Amino acid sequence: MGSTLKGIFSVGFGYSMLRVTTPILFAALGAVVSEKAGAVNIGLEGLMLISGVTGVIVSAWTQSAWLGLLAGLVLAVLFALFMGYFHIKLGTDMVLAGIAMNVIASGGTVFALFVASGDRGISSSLASKVLPTVELPLINKIPVIGPILSGHNVLTYFALLAVVGVWYFLYRTPLGLRLRAVGESPDSADSVGISVSKMRFLALGISGFLAGFGGCHLSMGYVSWFSRDMTAGRGFIGLAASALGGVHPIGTAIASLFFGFADALSNYMQSLSIPSEFVQMIPYLATVAALGVFARRQMSRERKGKKQAGREVA
Amino acid sequence: MSMGSLLEMKGITKVYPNGVLANDGVDFSVRKGEIHALVGENGAGKTTLMRVLFGLETPDEGEIYYKGSQLQISSPLQAIRSGIGMVHQHFMLAPSLTVTENIVLGVEPRKGLRFDWDQAVSKVKELAERYNLHVDPRAQIRDIPIGMRQKVEILKALLRGAELLVLDEPTAVLTPQETEELFASLMELKKQGHTMVFISHKLGEVKQITDRISVMRGGRMVGVRNTAEVSEADISRLMVGRDVLLRVNKPPAKPGKKVLEVESLSLFTPEGKALLDGVSFSVREGEILGIAGVEGNGQSELVEILTGLRQAHGGSLRIEGQLCTNAAPGQLRRLGVSHIPEDRMLHGVAVDAAIQENLMADRISKPDYSGKVFLRTKDIESTAKSLVQEFNIVARSPRTPVKMLSGGNIQKVVVAREFSSNPKLVIANQPTRGVDVGAIEFIHRKLVEICRSGVAVLLISADLNEVMSLSDRLLVFYGGRVVAGFSNADAVSEEELGLYMLGIKAQESAQLKEALA
Repeated sequence: MGSTLKGIFSVGFGYSMLRVTTPILFAALGAVVSEKAGAVNIGLEGLMLISGVTGVIVSAWTQSAWLGLLAGLVLAVLFALFMGYFHIKLGTDMVLAGIAMNVIASGGTVFALFVASGDRGISSSLASKVLPTVELPLINKIPVIGPILSGHNVLTYFALLAVVGVWYFLYRTPLGLRLRAVGESPDSADSVGISVSKMRFLALGISGFLAGFGGCHLSMGYVSWFSRDMTAGRGFIGLAASALGGVHPIGTAIASLFFGFADALSNYMQSLSIPSEFVQMIPYLATVAALGVFARRQMSRERKGKKQAGREVA
Repeated sequence: MSMGSLLEMKGITKVYPNGVLANDGVDFSVRKGEIHALVGENGAGKTTLMRVLFGLETPDEGEIYYKGSQLQISSPLQAIRSGIGMVHQHFMLAPSLTVTENIVLGVEPRKGLRFDWDQAVSKVKELAERYNLHVDPRAQIRDIPIGMRQKVEILKALLRGAELLVLDEPTAVLTPQETEELFASLMELKKQGHTMVFISHKLGEVKQITDRISVMRGGRMVGVRNTAEVSEADISRLMVGRDVLLRVNKPPAKPGKKVLEVESLSLFTPEGKALLDGVSFSVREGEILGIAGVEGNGQSELVEILTGLRQAHGGSLRIEGQLCTNAAPGQLRRLGVSHIPEDRMLHGVAVDAAIQENLMADRISKPDYSGKVFLRTKDIESTAKSLVQEFNIVARSPRTPVKMLSGGNIQKVVVAREFSSNPKLVIANQPTRGVDVGAIEFIHRKLVEICRSGVAVLLISADLNEVMSLSDRLLVFYGGRVVAGFSNADAVSEEELGLYMLGIKAQESAQLKEALA
């Protein structure tokens, strides 16, 4: 136990926590944007898989990690808009559209992988590229903080910038205001001539864009290959992080860090002599526990609100 | 085009796909700079007329002239661009956004890519100042009172350059103080050259602030008057005047013991406005107690509480002496309460299910119809068949989905189920709304029949004709309270009832008590 604690408080653990938070954070931000527009993107998981496999294949073909990333992003956005077409134009339930997207992605990526590499499980036979890591000048000289913050994959820094970017977009631009208005009260947005469907397409596109980064981080940063269903629920954990963070970019980033912590803990404890099946459950148990606590808090707050209303009446 | 008209609607006719003639050659004209009241009962066609004006409904016939030229309005955005603003009864505001954000939404001032918050706030402040509509530009909508939300709605329209403002029952949700404040603002707007259409049921208010009044009844415009030249009673006569009383053959009532006793029932909105304010009455077996009133005066809420769909905040409810305040719908049904809901498609039937399934919905778990594992299909079918026959439901078979039926036949399915469950109390809320004359007559006859067989009937209807011809005793609801009661429904005239319904008159408590017992 003592060694576990020591491990958690080590510099290496801090570094790995940031690393594993990255894909969750991208997914969570994608969830925030879509949820704000009133069309929760359940398909994040699938979009991440699609961009992950696309990134690997294209980077192997072109021998450029950046072109791989670009292709991954384009495909994730296209599929997000495709899903939007079904939901917004054809009236499919968003949950069903999302589930369909995830199922298509789960099978489709394996198919694409097999076509490209001849392997159904992993892309290691492809000479795919990895996005570069970045040493932060000056910061990397600071003891403790330096090694935790510096030397990450470039997408980890993108993720942190995306938190600020999404916040700025939602809360400081006219477009963000309209997007939030559409999500909260479509009728009032409609009554002043804002197109609800256009705003939802935009939100889903952005959400796909962010998920695309998350997927590429997994296959071209976190590790250097694509393997089937490698997202392992991170898209859904992202949705949970968004709910836990109050659908606000900053709160969501904090919630994502919490899930990153659970993930890192599980990675770390796999080196101990605990059966790995138990250890691997940690991130998911943490998700369930966190959502449970969150729901309880919400309920007690509502009850208080009701009581207050009752008092005013009396 | 007459002199000084800002808006002229000519010969507007609108037939809805279900065949309802909502507007029948309506002429409506508004002069520049006046406050013009549009009054009429629910279903008189006011809302349709305004929806046509605002581009939400395409008229089948008729023309709209605005500022002297003909206008084709096909969307709200177009109406807004022409300078017509609408303050909806249900506010079009996003609760978590600020006052400023809601007002400038869609026409945001910007600085580069940014939303220019400071400029937006100062714009809102300036506008609020100019029209004396005080709002807190930084507050979130959910934190401000209803009255201020309404001002936000008005500012929203003004910011977009509205010269003609349509206010749809703007005082329905306001407290008296807020109403006074609103009126001051409206007078200020008028002084600055704006024109307003004021839709309302409340004749006192109409009298107070409008210049002219247009009255609609049954989809037609029945009169335009100068407000100063008419009394509230005149308007009410125009509004509720009926052609002929539909006669129902009704043997004299023999009231027995009390079945339903309601004692000072009350209900409030989250903002603390009273929806029901100490309502007390009772219904005896073998009598029909009618509740008349303009819709939205607490009748729907009362029925929801009596049928367990909503919890009361105060007061008590007894069925045959047994206390059952805030009991669940199922419990109330077991006590013998039967309910014909006002919205049959929402609460009356499952539209996709078959007629026989709907007929069985309240009794399917009884041993007559379900065995240990399987349903007793034969018993279900035979019962359904006999009900379809008895209640004259016109359908190919009892297995036909309810949605294939006409409104009248759907209502008969509801009535058949509710009347065949051996009820002690039947609550009939708008039992003949939107059904054909044949079905109306049939349902009326059945109501009288079941009542005279010893069942207590509570009849709620906005149709004066219906409550007057069916009821033995009669109550009038206004503002969530019983304002009048008549122990003999035949002894009251329509005009008198109209005065109570519109809140112009109210009975003394002694007089009321006698009728309530």
